[in-house]
Amino acid sequence: MNNFKVLMNGIVKENPTFVLLLGMCPTLGTTSSALNGASMGLATTFVLICSNVVISLIKNLIPDMVRIPSFIVVIASFVTALQMCMQAFVPGIYASLGLFIPLIVVNCIILGRAEAFACKNGVFSSFFDGLGMGLGFTIALTVLGAVREILGTGHLFGWELYSENYGMLMFVLAPGAFIVLGYLIAIVNKLKKA
Amino acid sequence: MANKLIISLSPHVHGRDSVQRNMYGVCIALVPALLASLFYFGWGAAIVMATSVLACVFFEWAITRFILKSNRLTIADGSAVLTGLLLGFNLPSNLPLWIIIIGALVAIGIGKLTFGGLGCNPFNPALVGRVFLLVSFPVQMTSWPVSGQLTAYTDATTAATPLAIMKHAVNGGGVQALAELPSSMDLFLGQTGGCLGEVSALALLIGLIYMLVKRIITWHIPVSILGTVAILSGLFHLANPVYASPEQVLCTGGLMLGACFMATDYVTSPMTAQGQLVYGVSIGLLTVVIRMFGAYPEGMSFAILIMNAFTPLINTYCKPKRFGEVMKK
Amino acid sequence: MKKLKSSLVNMVVVLTAISVIAGGALAYINKITQDPIKAINAKNLQDGIKKVILGSVQGELQVEAPDSINESTVVYPTDKGVAVETVAGGFGGPLKVLVGFNEQGAIMGYTILATQETPGLGVKAETWFQKGQKGDIIGKNPGEKELAVSKDGGEVDAITASTITSRAFLGAVNAAYAAYKNRQEGGTADVASGATQSSRQENAEIPAASNDSINS
Repeated sequence: MNNFKVLMNGIVKENPTFVLLLGMCPTLGTTSSALNGASMGLATTFVLICSNVVISLIKNLIPDMVRIPSFIVVIASFVTALQMCMQAFVPGIYASLGLFIPLIVVNCIILGRAEAFACKNGVFSSFFDGLGMGLGFTIALTVLGAVREILGTGHLFGWELYSENYGMLMFVLAPGAFIVLGYLIAIVNKLKKA
Repeated sequence: MANKLIISLSPHVHGRDSVQRNMYGVCIALVPALLASLFYFGWGAAIVMATSVLACVFFEWAITRFILKSNRLTIADGSAVLTGLLLGFNLPSNLPLWIIIIGALVAIGIGKLTFGGLGCNPFNPALVGRVFLLVSFPVQMTSWPVSGQLTAYTDATTAATPLAIMKHAVNGGGVQALAELPSSMDLFLGQTGGCLGEVSALALLIGLIYMLVKRIITWHIPVSILGTVAILSGLFHLANPVYASPEQVLCTGGLMLGACFMATDYVTSPMTAQGQLVYGVSIGLLTVVIRMFGAYPEGMSFAILIMNAFTPLINTYCKPKRFGEVMKK
Repeated sequence: MKKLKSSLVNMVVVLTAISVIAGGALAYINKITQDPIKAINAKNLQDGIKKVILGSVQGELQVEAPDSINESTVVYPTDKGVAVETVAGGFGGPLKVLVGFNEQGAIMGYTILATQETPGLGVKAETWFQKGQKGDIIGKNPGEKELAVSKDGGEVDAITASTITSRAFLGAVNAAYAAYKNRQEGGTADVASGATQSSRQENAEIPAASNDSINS
């Protein structure tokens, strides 16, 4: 499989959010604004690429029976490193994502890609798989966050489109995430059929 | 054309029962409450009600026609009119037009047509619209005009509703706070603040009796809800007079409206009498619990939506007896 | 290279090796980021203290050694007033508030250090109670009359549709005042218990940064 195909596979054909429905917790929890969604997506992309590359490098050193604990240790290390770096260098984003950064560890996309792709493929393919999946996740989260931000607060990436008084608070809260996600999946399915 | 020849087993007597007949029957039953709301809230009530009904009918037509691309004229069955009426009944009479229109879009679009239209919606569409507005616009949805301002619309003076007073009493205001409540007779007639269709318990009861006489609904759901609430709130009142007395609890807020018209929606309530009793008692229980201990002063709409979600489960366990089934030994 | 077999020795060795490498890498990153994180936290705190004591007035502020009353309450005395940090249970989670008091015990300013309140409703607390806003508490003295929302018989207007957040916020302000009062009367010695001692030691690293005078 060539690398471009692997990349597009994650963004379109097997988009983790809209098609595979993986990693729903950060998807629903962090997308109250487009910026939050995008930064969560990029943080996940970073961890995904790193863990995919490292796991595909050491895949032959890991005995099959302990592969899951090994993967988890690798993923958790990257997440912890990311958390400390974000806290130190981008405290604003860290404050708004808060709890969800450590929760990247249990994001099923990352373990899923490690198990399904990285431990069977070479380093370069795994890198592109991580990049594709991560970008697919980022795009989905950004769109979801943008829709919720526009409907809920009248802003987009912090720019005011209309007065916040007309925003529908429901979309900023958790139920709004479910409603918007449902409609986005419906639209994606419709577009794929066409 | 394919379905022109209908083959079915006898008997072939037509019961004159149809979706239209039932929907418009419920609408007629709502007339006393409609008149009461016009009497108490005047212009505001008329504007809110008309906007809500027109917007619901329009969205039903527009969405089926242009998004679902169906040529069936579903607005003729009266369900959109009924949803619009019930949604209007659940709003304060000083609500701005644009919020009502959003509510109608959510009720019809998200609450009903997303799931496939009448008969497929798991939740009562009017309540979906109301709860959406309540969560989205808490400020506008919780400032209630005082009744009796016939010509006022968005400029009407507002005041605390009886439910807010009750909540305050429980949250530390003490028994003396309950003295601010209007008399039970005023509450029964509707001389109080609240959503425009829910204030007059008397008018709603007249509608309930009409529906029971016309056999549009059976007694199980309304009676089990009201009974549960009366008994539970009575027990609370006896244990601690900070909790309002049962007749005040029964006559305030959306309880009557919910028990008579919202919970009894055919599509979203259980089918068998036994199931309806389980459903009604649970709604009553949840309502009292949310009113007494929850963050919101009113629990009726949440209670009904929660039990709507349980309806398929109740239907699974309370199946109607199969005709000709042999009793198990 | 052939895949390693799942023998006991292999598994133990590999898992240990991975853990050691990961642990070492994390320790190194922790070392790099430790100082920036500490600096940011200290800066946030100093900005907050400056904001609640000085308000919009430009000037210098001498912050003395902080004094923790208990795990969640910390008093920061300065030459122009006292800033107190407290936590209350808000609608969505803990609401961490920093309040400044002058010598008479009147509120000079406040800021919210951490909040998980509802966007559009509870988060308005950051501006709602400031000077000239609807729920203005600046200049009020909780010692004369405890702050409470008007629904509970107090004088402060609650944030529209966020009474719970407002109650929590005012509760935090009152608690801050109690801590301030307690300290003015020299009561800290009585309050100090085993738990206080330990939290005092945790906070011992802060004064190094906050003892420097802050220039604005």
